[in-house]
Amino acid sequence: MVEYTWPDRKDSSVLGGSHDKVDGPAKCTGTAKYSYDITPPKTALARALGCPHAHCKIKSIDTAPAEKVAGVVHARALKKPGDEIEWQGELIAVVVGETEGAVAEGLAAIKADYEPLDVFVNEEDLDAAEAAGRARKGPGKVQLENEPGDDEDEDAFEEKEIARLFREAAAVVEGRYGIRAITHMCLEPHGSTCDWQDGKLTAHLSTQNVSGTPGQFGGPLGITADDVTVHCDYIGGGFGSKFAADSWGVLAATLSKDLNRPVKLMLDRDTELKIAGARPSGFADVKVGANSEGVITIWDSHHWSTGGMGGGSLSQDVMPYVIVPPNFRRRTTNVRTNTGPTRAWRAPNHPQGCALSQTAIDDVAAKLGMDSYELFRRNLVNVPEERRKLYEEEMKIAAKLMDWKAKWHPHGKGPKDGSVVSGLGMAIHTWRGGGHPSSCRVKIHPDGGVEAFLGSQDLGTGTRTVIATVLAETFGLPVDAVKVNIGSSKYPPSGPSGGSTTVGGVAESSRHAGLDALAQLNEKVAAKLGAKAQDLVAKDGRISDKNNADKGLSWKEACGLLGMNPLEVTSRGAPGRDSKLSSSGVGGVQMAEVAVDRETGVVRMKKFVAVQDMGLVVNRKTAESQILGAMIMGIAFSLFEERIMDAKSGAFLNAEIADYKLPRLGDVGELVVEIYEPEEERARGVIGLGEPPVIGPGAAISNAVANALGVRVPVLPMTPKQVLDTLKARGA
Amino acid sequence: MKAFEYAAPRSEEEALELLAPEPGTSEVLAGGTDLLGLMKKMIVTPSRVVSLSRVASLKRIDADSQGMRIGAMVTLDDLLAHPATAKYPALEQALRGFGSLQMQSQGTLGGELCQRPRCWYFRGGHGLLAERGRAVAEGDNRFHAIFDNAGPAKFVSPSRVAPALVALGATLRVIGPEPGDETQMPLELLYRTPKDERQREHDLLPNQVVAQIVLPAADGRRSAAYEVHHGAGGQDDPIVSAAASLTMHGNIVADARIVLGQVAPTPWTSHEAIRAIVGAPVDQRTAEAAGEAAVSVAAPLSHNQFKVQLAKVAVKRALLKAAGLQTGGLA
Amino acid sequence: MSNVEKHAHGKSGFSRRSFLKGSGAAAAATALAGGQGIAGAEEASRVVGPGMSKITLVVNGQSHKVDVEPRMTLLEALRYGAGLTGAKPISGDGSSGGSTVLIDGKPASASALLAMDCEGKKITTSESLAGDKLDPVAGAFVNHDASQCGFCTPGFVVAVKAFLAKNPKATEEEIRAGLNGNLCRCGTYGNIIPAVLDVVKGAGNG
Repeated sequence: MVEYTWPDRKDSSVLGGSHDKVDGPAKCTGTAKYSYDITPPKTALARALGCPHAHCKIKSIDTAPAEKVAGVVHARALKKPGDEIEWQGELIAVVVGETEGAVAEGLAAIKADYEPLDVFVNEEDLDAAEAAGRARKGPGKVQLENEPGDDEDEDAFEEKEIARLFREAAAVVEGRYGIRAITHMCLEPHGSTCDWQDGKLTAHLSTQNVSGTPGQFGGPLGITADDVTVHCDYIGGGFGSKFAADSWGVLAATLSKDLNRPVKLMLDRDTELKIAGARPSGFADVKVGANSEGVITIWDSHHWSTGGMGGGSLSQDVMPYVIVPPNFRRRTTNVRTNTGPTRAWRAPNHPQGCALSQTAIDDVAAKLGMDSYELFRRNLVNVPEERRKLYEEEMKIAAKLMDWKAKWHPHGKGPKDGSVVSGLGMAIHTWRGGGHPSSCRVKIHPDGGVEAFLGSQDLGTGTRTVIATVLAETFGLPVDAVKVNIGSSKYPPSGPSGGSTTVGGVAESSRHAGLDALAQLNEKVAAKLGAKAQDLVAKDGRISDKNNADKGLSWKEACGLLGMNPLEVTSRGAPGRDSKLSSSGVGGVQMAEVAVDRETGVVRMKKFVAVQDMGLVVNRKTAESQILGAMIMGIAFSLFEERIMDAKSGAFLNAEIADYKLPRLGDVGELVVEIYEPEEERARGVIGLGEPPVIGPGAAISNAVANALGVRVPVLPMTPKQVLDTLKARGA
Repeated sequence: MKAFEYAAPRSEEEALELLAPEPGTSEVLAGGTDLLGLMKKMIVTPSRVVSLSRVASLKRIDADSQGMRIGAMVTLDDLLAHPATAKYPALEQALRGFGSLQMQSQGTLGGELCQRPRCWYFRGGHGLLAERGRAVAEGDNRFHAIFDNAGPAKFVSPSRVAPALVALGATLRVIGPEPGDETQMPLELLYRTPKDERQREHDLLPNQVVAQIVLPAADGRRSAAYEVHHGAGGQDDPIVSAAASLTMHGNIVADARIVLGQVAPTPWTSHEAIRAIVGAPVDQRTAEAAGEAAVSVAAPLSHNQFKVQLAKVAVKRALLKAAGLQTGGLA
Repeated sequence: MSNVEKHAHGKSGFSRRSFLKGSGAAAAATALAGGQGIAGAEEASRVVGPGMSKITLVVNGQSHKVDVEPRMTLLEALRYGAGLTGAKPISGDGSSGGSTVLIDGKPASASALLAMDCEGKKITTSESLAGDKLDPVAGAFVNHDASQCGFCTPGFVVAVKAFLAKNPKATEEEIRAGLNGNLCRCGTYGNIIPAVLDVVKGAGNG
């Protein structure tokens, strides 16, 4: 009976070490091939035309002029007269041609006529949304410690009780907070190169979901998923927006079938931003009360946001966030805007929830003249009990790394260097994670070679390296001795890479497959050595008897016992309550230090500290990179990026890289990452890491700016405009 | 891009000949960082592109006691590396400000001065004066003009180098439209505020080409450029910039040129700021007063009030910097 | 309004029209370079396109004959003509740095260059950094895990090569100020900075 566990820290050879990504050289020299890079012979280039209007009815579309353009192979309308378009950029026609230029000219030649309809895009203005009939009440929740009397009206009691709690609070803060919608901005846009041949489809799809997408192609093409191969060795960014084949993926496949040649269709940059995923905004009216100790006693909030036309607004569950007092009420409103649909964006809902609520909580510290650290610490009574100690420890570490005590000053009362003021802020977060379903095929060759096959993908976390590390640990080999094959739907299935579940999932399946294969190999080795199979250990390139280290074989000799054929084992991971390999649920603490120029409204990151638990660390180097990357994405939505819509036309105004502001290398300041992995965390197994560190930055950075200025800049991103407008409005 | 003919002349004469056949249908290609993007978006659709990349005379820098003569095809990094550029701190600082290596080494001085506005209504295909200015006035105009915006043009002049060059008294040698035609003009007259869609923001005839930028001798003038950026690296367009060039008599400003960028459809010479500082020493108080004076005539749109504050600060800091004083603030 | 004043403030109140009138003939450079490339004696032969013509691009020391239309960017020619896909199409105007290559040793965005303008020039792409011995900059990127999805990385590595060629002793401050032409969405900047510092220190050469 194989026991599926991880070795102790002291017995681990490569597990938890710092390993270069096995595909690092391919990525760093440009030899790695992404979907955009795959161009089989005779490939035709396709581009789709996005609707210029945010809300309209199509009156006519004529693609015939496009087909007359030299170099254009084919053009077709994707919408018909009478169809309603509800956001700018929705695809209405496609042109296929021999060169990018021909296709572009073809697209420009298409004649389309539209009947404009009413447009609404500004969800920030709730009154306007209500006036436009675009606001709809969403779900909410009330939780009160006291209960109404038997014959008391529940609503009246609720109002009375909440009023009482605020009356009795030592400090009450009321404010409006916000975080604007952003896009995924995958640097490789969504798209594919589809190659239809003899009734079978190969889709080189830029996807986070290699195993899950074949069926999405099969149906529309009249074939079954077994005749579809989805292939993706490398994906240029997904962040939660690339789980599906998408209409344009199916379109590329259909065009390939119809034209009988490979077709490449990648979205244009502006179309990518307009239609291929956005993170919902969030705006909230918050009232929060605390006792004289700073402990939050009552929370009352109403938040609203947009998920575009199709729903997907900010969930109610993240308000208030992590720090949840015993008494709270939350209400929500969903606003329908003529904007592209939302898609999961790294840690869906949490960054907004954190930014909307832990800013309000920090304002209580300002009101009480209290050190924010102390206020957060005291409010750990309001976090789930099982994570109190974790947060407390992580806060201590973060404070030390930030030198919080020495740097702290009360809100707005720090030293001034001319117009420049500095400040500190913090936030805490949580995420579930865990392992997704995954199967792994391990092949051990008689000459000692080891291969693994998984229908997984690498978003940039280093999936290949994680698998190689797990199998190398299992077989007692160096990491580079394991050849990992992922990125094909023909390999054993793995779940989509979302929600920080990939590392847990593939670690589970590859450990299972590795241990299962090793058990079989050990039977042969045991027979050869005259040892008991269960006494054998694979370490340092040898399989030997744990009771007698001299009794052993080199890995290669051991594999030689396999005879002519390789040993092949496919196993499923078994994540869940009983698994000793993976678990779920993490915390995490972040602290930011900023400098703000009061005259220009410019905010610069000085230092940013993240302390993050993740259970057991598989590869320290790539884990640290994940945290660093999340912190930088957090700096992006805290200080730089926002979707800017034209209120009148509903046009997405900054849908180009030059206009969609993102931080550059000079904008990130000093970044400090500390992985929190004491024995009790390590013992929980692999949990997953992609999402949690991207949650805290909004609140941490906003709190730092508030600490610097003594004024809350209520809406993210805190651009110079936002900061100066706030200072002017507050007369500060 | 729309299909076009391509020509790569070897001389200025030849360039003008190749531009000649159908005025208004050709574009001159310099570094490519602006024009090609506009052509891909079909905002600009020439039927002929004349690339100046092989015209050697346009890549020369001549410097002597009279000043500097800089070919329009001189790249920003070549100009920055030229020893004479150090005599013009405002120019040097403006060039150094580009945080993008690629932009510095691919972009040319002529191209930088002639780049088209970044206005997102223009780049979105609605024309330079979208809806006679209404699109901007009623839309999101956070980056638009705070001066000279009463007419239909509300975009801002994007050039990062022009304010410095105007402050330094640069002139242009312009060639064309016909082979053999040549003219000199002050750089500030290159720019105009268009009144209708037929006008560009550059006051050149079709097939006129900026060939050379001429800087007078520095003559002991003190100068500086100051940009306010959202990001730290200087890669993105400044939100507002200012350049100042001063002639000092003792510690008193005898003569000043103060030019703002990204605040008006043209580089914006602030006569108000100049009047405020001339005859005074440069210190925190006078520089602040000059900034206040500069924005006394500002007319912000619905979303760009904050640029008034930035313009004020940029003028103040450019003056302090030119005078060799601390600017304060975040770099 | 001071805009009116502006013209009056010009050196001597002239208008540019008066300058136009006074324009003199330029030194006529009538000797046209002929023979090579597209430049010939007759206008017809000095102008190419709008259709395809064959040009030679020298990329990473190798000559590639590619069919290009005038409107083809260098990026398109590299990716579809020469099969070199290290330079990436991220923005159409070079604002992401994703298509960074070296032209005669200097960094440029292949997406913002016409292929025809690059004939006769020495083009270097990220692929030149691969091979039996990994280039030190690429090696430092690997060592510091300065890639995540990797889509921006080749352009970044090429930009760093160019940056270090010019600033071999760059300080951390100079690195933070000088490498802002490249955009990364995954957030690898935090690893790129120490990677570049390592190359400066020579540690990346190991």
